[in-house]
Amino acid sequence: MHRYILLIFLAFSWLSTSPLDYAKPTLSQFGFFKEPLNLQNPTDGVIPYSVASSLFSDYAEKLRFIKVPNDQKLTTNSDGSFNYPKSSVLIKTFYYPGNFNEPEKNRRIIETRLLIKTKTDWVALPYVWNNEQTDAVLEIAGDRLPVNWIDKNNNHIEIEYSVPNMNQCKGCHVHHNEFKPLGPKLKNLNFSYHYNDTTFNQIDKWVELGILEASPLFAELPKSINYDDPHSGSVKERARAWLDVNCANCHQLGGPAETSGLFLTSEELNRRKLGVMKPPIAAGRGAGNHKYTIVPGYPDKSIMVYRINSTDPGIMMPELGRKLVHQEGLDLIRQWIEEMNP
Amino acid sequence: MRFIFIITLISSLFSSYEKDVQTRLILAEPGDTIHLGEGTFSIQGSLSMEGKQNIVIAGNGIDKTILSFKGQTDGAEGLRINNCKNITMVDFTIQDSKGDAIKAQDIDGIIFRRIKAEWTNGPKPENGAYGLYPVLCQNVLIEHSIAVGASDAGIYVGQSKNIIVRNSEAYHNVAGIEIENSIQADVYDNYAHHNTAGILVFDLPDLVQKEGEYIRVYNNRSEFNNLDNFAPPGNIVGSVPAGTGIMILATKNVEIFENQIVENKTVGTAIVSYFITEEPMTDSLYNPYTSSISIHDNTYKRSKQIPDLGHEIGQLLFAKFWRDVPEIVYDGMPDPQFIDGNGNLLDGYNLCIQNNRNAEFVNLEIDKHFEKWYSPFIAKFSQDETPFDCQLSAIAPTTLSVE
Repeated sequence: MHRYILLIFLAFSWLSTSPLDYAKPTLSQFGFFKEPLNLQNPTDGVIPYSVASSLFSDYAEKLRFIKVPNDQKLTTNSDGSFNYPKSSVLIKTFYYPGNFNEPEKNRRIIETRLLIKTKTDWVALPYVWNNEQTDAVLEIAGDRLPVNWIDKNNNHIEIEYSVPNMNQCKGCHVHHNEFKPLGPKLKNLNFSYHYNDTTFNQIDKWVELGILEASPLFAELPKSINYDDPHSGSVKERARAWLDVNCANCHQLGGPAETSGLFLTSEELNRRKLGVMKPPIAAGRGAGNHKYTIVPGYPDKSIMVYRINSTDPGIMMPELGRKLVHQEGLDLIRQWIEEMNP
Repeated sequence: MRFIFIITLISSLFSSYEKDVQTRLILAEPGDTIHLGEGTFSIQGSLSMEGKQNIVIAGNGIDKTILSFKGQTDGAEGLRINNCKNITMVDFTIQDSKGDAIKAQDIDGIIFRRIKAEWTNGPKPENGAYGLYPVLCQNVLIEHSIAVGASDAGIYVGQSKNIIVRNSEAYHNVAGIEIENSIQADVYDNYAHHNTAGILVFDLPDLVQKEGEYIRVYNNRSEFNNLDNFAPPGNIVGSVPAGTGIMILATKNVEIFENQIVENKTVGTAIVSYFITEEPMTDSLYNPYTSSISIHDNTYKRSKQIPDLGHEIGQLLFAKFWRDVPEIVYDGMPDPQFIDGNGNLLDGYNLCIQNNRNAEFVNLEIDKHFEKWYSPFIAKFSQDETPFDCQLSAIAPTTLSVE
């Protein structure tokens, strides 16, 4: 009898400590996609979606999907984030077209990241695709792979692409010791998405599909800003949206970069905390001979611009997830600082 | 059944050692020891551990297990540990990381024992900022460890509580040992030498944890810290003069005693407010002053030599005192909330200087003497020590719950 209790206890303690309890060795085993897997055609109940502003990942294109268990729904928090029922899954696939001028052709998928909701937490699982593009394999320690493509200006680009390990996933996703999904928020979903044959606002569609509980908050939905699209907002709004999605996951109270005192969420109102005339704390050579994070009117004297413009791992920001400078983002931040009032 | 994961080798640029160690850091369970093995191992990306309890990361010896990040392409730190409880690191060296060597954040109970953080090309601004770097931690023990070549601080404890740094050595860093915005720390039996500054106790604005206090620095050797300041410009330690033994900046309740402060060319011990940095201050919750500081029973030795002429303080001291500059320098900026009607600090909040050997003193009174750029050069600085001949009650020793 005692032995059984011990076994149950062991099984339970294993459950509570191992993230791998929710894992499968290969992506195909989850059944999220029809064969052949590389077409990324979702099976029933796996819903494609998109976000207005997206984290820069070395120009990788991304496909996003959400799966919510049958007969269950997300609910909405007052800050525009969602509560997810257990076993909800967020799926994100990263790929490069061979040539960005022909984005639908010669697609090479690099990795698919899964976020799976457990009873109290989330598990992050990185799957790396094989060369044959038939399936992807769990790589809990991440990976580094040579990747090349032809960009929109017909330049041949070659990088060593980094797939983050499970800890690095947490680096961005954990706030106040709690793991949270980042992309799906009201302010990032409130726009039209092209479903198979028709176009719908994503929030409306999720409610219609029965995966999202309608909320009084939906009466006044926050505007979605796509930093890439000059029509979606002012330079300031787009710059703040870029910082929000690329930097604020770490640079917020409770985030891993709170030690810097630099807070970059789009909700931040304190100019000093946003970096205006703020000396660095522990930037080391990341400061690049400059004294302040932002000097209004002077992008070239601003540490923020210096670090976004670097690819040296000891200097660059964000410090993970890229080998290239996001030129469009850099230009936007430069313009914002140039036009900023002192 | 335990899950068995498959290792793919298809066109991966990952060394098997690095992948193996990283995998074990991810899968570690409470009570595990992660053995790093013996040898010099080249690592390309930051190693990381997250959300673990009761883990030991062990090498075979400070010179036997070396993780070299010379060719680092991913991440800034060598080793990064986040959100953990009771983590012990023993017997290994981290070399040449692009950023900080070991950064540990949000840990309750962290031990660095016989750990070395090192940049092997000598003191260079291209080196990473911090060697051993616990931040926002509680119950921190750093002992028998070594930090060499950091372009900011070799051993740097920031925004933490309950800290002991002992029996450790720091050289060729900008700051040897720095305790910043931290509460209740004992720094003793250390050897800080040939840095720009030996030991710093700092409190800076705009941080999550403010109001550092209850810091004891005793029985250390702070010697020959005369290295030219090689911090990249823009960093606060860049404003520290070369030749600094011990500096207290904007911190309260600090006791500096029984140290050997030897041959630091500019200032043996400085007690200064944040105003000395001439940086703007907008943090309304920040206190830029020092108060309740006790400097006693230290032994100073300083041969006649030229202070750091690349620094304003060095220039001023040289203009006034030639090669024979005083060992203890106070900026004379008392905290106004603790001042009586005569402008003197209230009992218990004073600066007290007693029983130091071979120590001359100067009070710069910067609020009086620094109105015009030339005013310090014509001012007569007080060297009267009597107002500071007092005693404060001893600060209680730090006790850790990890020892």
